[in-house]
Amino acid sequence: MSASAEDRALFRDSARQFLTDNATGADVRRWMATDLGYDQEVWGRVAGELGWPALPVPEDYGGLGLGLRETALLMEEMGAACFCSPFLATVVLAGSAIALGGTEEQKGEYLPAIAGGELTATLALTEKSGRIDADGIAATYAADGDFYVLNGAKRFVIDGASAGLLLVAARKLGTNGEAGVSLFAVPGDAEGLARAALPTLDQTRRQADVTLADVRVPKSALLGEEGNAWALISQVADRGITALAAEQAGGARRCLQLTVDYIQERVQFGRAIGSFQAIKHRCADMMVKVESALAAANAAADAADAGDPLFPMYAAMAKAYCSEAFFACAGEAIQLHGGVGFTWEYEPHLFFKRARASAALMGDADYHRERIAVGLGL
Amino acid sequence: MSTTDSPEDAAFRAEAREWLTAQLEGPFAHVRFRGGPGEEEDAFEERVVWEKAMGAAGWTGISWPKEYGGRAATLSQQVIFYQEYARAGGPGRVGHIGEGLVAPTILAFGSEEQKQRFLPGIKNGTELWCQGYSEPAAGSDLANVQTRARLEGDEWVIDGQKVWTSLARTAGWCFVICKTEPDAPRYRNLSFLLVKMDQPGVTIKPIIQLTGTSEFNEVFFDGARAPAENVVGGAGNGWKVAMGLLAFERGASTLGQQIGFENEFKEILEAAKANGKASDPIMRQKLAQAWIELQLVRLNAVTNLEEGTTRPGLAAVNKICWATWHRHAGELAMEVMGADAEICAAPPYELTRFQNRFLFSRSDTIYGGTNEIQRNIIAEQALGLPREPRP
Repeated sequence: MSASAEDRALFRDSARQFLTDNATGADVRRWMATDLGYDQEVWGRVAGELGWPALPVPEDYGGLGLGLRETALLMEEMGAACFCSPFLATVVLAGSAIALGGTEEQKGEYLPAIAGGELTATLALTEKSGRIDADGIAATYAADGDFYVLNGAKRFVIDGASAGLLLVAARKLGTNGEAGVSLFAVPGDAEGLARAALPTLDQTRRQADVTLADVRVPKSALLGEEGNAWALISQVADRGITALAAEQAGGARRCLQLTVDYIQERVQFGRAIGSFQAIKHRCADMMVKVESALAAANAAADAADAGDPLFPMYAAMAKAYCSEAFFACAGEAIQLHGGVGFTWEYEPHLFFKRARASAALMGDADYHRERIAVGLGL
Repeated sequence: MSTTDSPEDAAFRAEAREWLTAQLEGPFAHVRFRGGPGEEEDAFEERVVWEKAMGAAGWTGISWPKEYGGRAATLSQQVIFYQEYARAGGPGRVGHIGEGLVAPTILAFGSEEQKQRFLPGIKNGTELWCQGYSEPAAGSDLANVQTRARLEGDEWVIDGQKVWTSLARTAGWCFVICKTEPDAPRYRNLSFLLVKMDQPGVTIKPIIQLTGTSEFNEVFFDGARAPAENVVGGAGNGWKVAMGLLAFERGASTLGQQIGFENEFKEILEAAKANGKASDPIMRQKLAQAWIELQLVRLNAVTNLEEGTTRPGLAAVNKICWATWHRHAGELAMEVMGADAEICAAPPYELTRFQNRFLFSRSDTIYGGTNEIQRNIIAEQALGLPREPRP
C-alpha cells in the first residue's frame, strides 16, 4: 500500500516539524554522548505520538502497512536532522526481516512490539571482515535436539549493544557461499551472548561487537527455511540500503541548506560570501547532487513497492550514489563554512562524520557499483 | 517515473510500440539509429520522409491539444512515447526544433492565426525550423542581441547576424530574437519574429567545427523581410517569449534525446564486452557509474517535467545532468576503446561514431545555456543567493 501525494506531504510536514522542535543540534550532541546513543523518551514519543515504527509494519500486526517509499520519506527527514534513533536497525532491518521471513508466531510476537516502540531489534550480519556478501558470514550453527547452537563473532552491528532482539546470520557448519545460511531470532539476554559497544568516529549511530559462545535457541527461533536465508537477507539488505540512501539524501539536503544559510550571513570584503560566483557555483553543484540523491533513493523505494525486478539494481544505485553525494556535500559544507566549519560547535562535522560512516555501512559505493556491473552483464 | 503503467498508459504504450516496430522493422528499417545531435546530416532526406510518415500517422505533436492535431498526451504518455521511440531505434528527428521549441512557444504565446498557419507544417513534417538566438556578442548574455528589425509598412525588415544556428541550410523557417524597440530598456526591447529562410536577404555560412563537419551555421540577415503579423507574443515582448522557449528547450523536448542516450550507453557496454575491458575492475566501476548517472538523467528529467513549473532551478539541474552525462559518456567510450580510439574511420578525417560523440558532446555543456549559466540560475533562482551584476 502507498500513501497519496497529499498524505505524504502532510506526513513530511509533521515529521519535519517534530524534528525541528525536538532534534536540534544541541539535542543530537547530548544524545550522542550517552551510552545508549539516542533518547528513550524521544523514541517513545516517536513511537507513541507519531507512530513512525508502525509505518511499514503490516496492518495485521498493528502497523499501517505502508511502503518503502513512505519509510524513505521518514528516513530523509531523520537524515536531515542527523537524528539519533533505533529506527533503521529496528524497523527497517529487523522489521523487514521478520515481516518477510518470519513465521506467524514470530510476526505475532515481535511485529506489534516493534510497531509500538516497545521492542528494539537489529540485524547481526557483518563480521570482522566487514563483508556484506554471503562469504562474509563465518559464524556457525549446529542442530542439537530441539535447539540450534550458535557460535561466532559479529561486528559493526548497528545498535547491537542495546537491541532487545538480534537477528543473527550464521551458516551451517561446513558450508560456504550462499547455501547453508540461516537467520535466527536471538533475544538480547540470551545466555552465551556478549555485547560491547564500539567507540565510533560518527557518534550518532552506535555499532557493537556481538559474540556468540554456544548460544542455544529453540528451533522456533529460525526465520524462514533452514539453510536458505540468503535470499531473504539480500532482500532485507536492499531495503536497508534504500532506506539508508534516503537518509543520506536527507543529510545532503541539510548540508546544502546549512551552507546556503551561512554564506548569506557571513560577510567578507564588504559583501555576503554567498554573492561570490566561486561559492554560488559550488552550492549549485551541491543542489545537483541533492536532487539526484533524492531521485535515486525514491526511485529505488518505488521499485521495491512496485515489485519491479530492477529493485536490486536501483537499490545499489541509490546506495552508491547517495553515499558519495552525502559525503561530497558534507565536505563542501565544512569548506564553505570556513573556519567555523572546523569547530565542534557548528553542525557540519556531525554530518561529515555520519556521511563517512553511512558510506561504509552495508556496502560502500564501489561494492554496489560492482553489483551493477554484474547486473549489466559485464 | 512509475515503474508500472496505468491501464490507459499501458494501452498507449502498446499502440506506440506496435506502430514504431512495424515501421522501423519494415519500410523505415534504413533510418534506424540514424541522425541525432552531431550527425544531423546523416540520412537527412530519408529522415524527412520518416518525419512526414510520423505526422501522417499522428505521432508528431502528441502533447498538443486535439484541436491542433495533437493527442493531448499526458506527461507520462510523452515519456512512454520517447521510451518506445528509443527502444525501437527511432532516428534523430529532423522536426525536433519545430515540434519541441516553436510549437509549444506558439501554443503558449502565439495568436490563433499563427497557430493555424504554423502548427500544421510542423505536424506534417513539411516545414522545418531553425533557431536564431545566439550572436557573436550575445552568447550567455542573450539579451545583448544586436540584430535589429524595423517595421516598414506591413513588413519587418531585419538586419544582423545569428550564429550557432543548426539545420539552417535545411530549415524553411527561422525564429529570430531581435531588437525592435531601440529606445526601450533592456529586456523590453526585443521581439520574437518568424522569418522565412528562402529569400534574398538571408545568407547562410557553415561553421567548420572541431569535428571537421558543419552542423552549425552563421546566418546573415541583410534587409530580410517578414510579415508584420509574424511577431509572437507582441512587439517588445521577445524576452519573455524567448525565456518561455528556453524553458521548453530545457524541459520535455530534450527527453527524447536523453532517452536516446540509452542506446549510446549500450553501444559502449557492447564495445567493452567485445574488447575485454568489461573484465577490468576499474572500467567496471566507471561503466556502472555511467549507468547510475544515466538513470539519474532520466529521473531528473521526469522530476523537472512534473515539478519544474513550481520549483525554479530544476530545469537547470536537468540540463547540467544530461549535458555532463553525455560529455562523460563520450570520454568513457574513448577510454573503453583504448589505443583504437585514436584511429579514424577513413582518411582524411572521417570520424567513428565514438570519436564523433566524444568531440561533439563538448558542445552539450555550452549550447542552450552553459553549465556555468545553469549554475547561476540554480544558485539565484533555487537557492536564493544574490544575483550576478547586470548592465
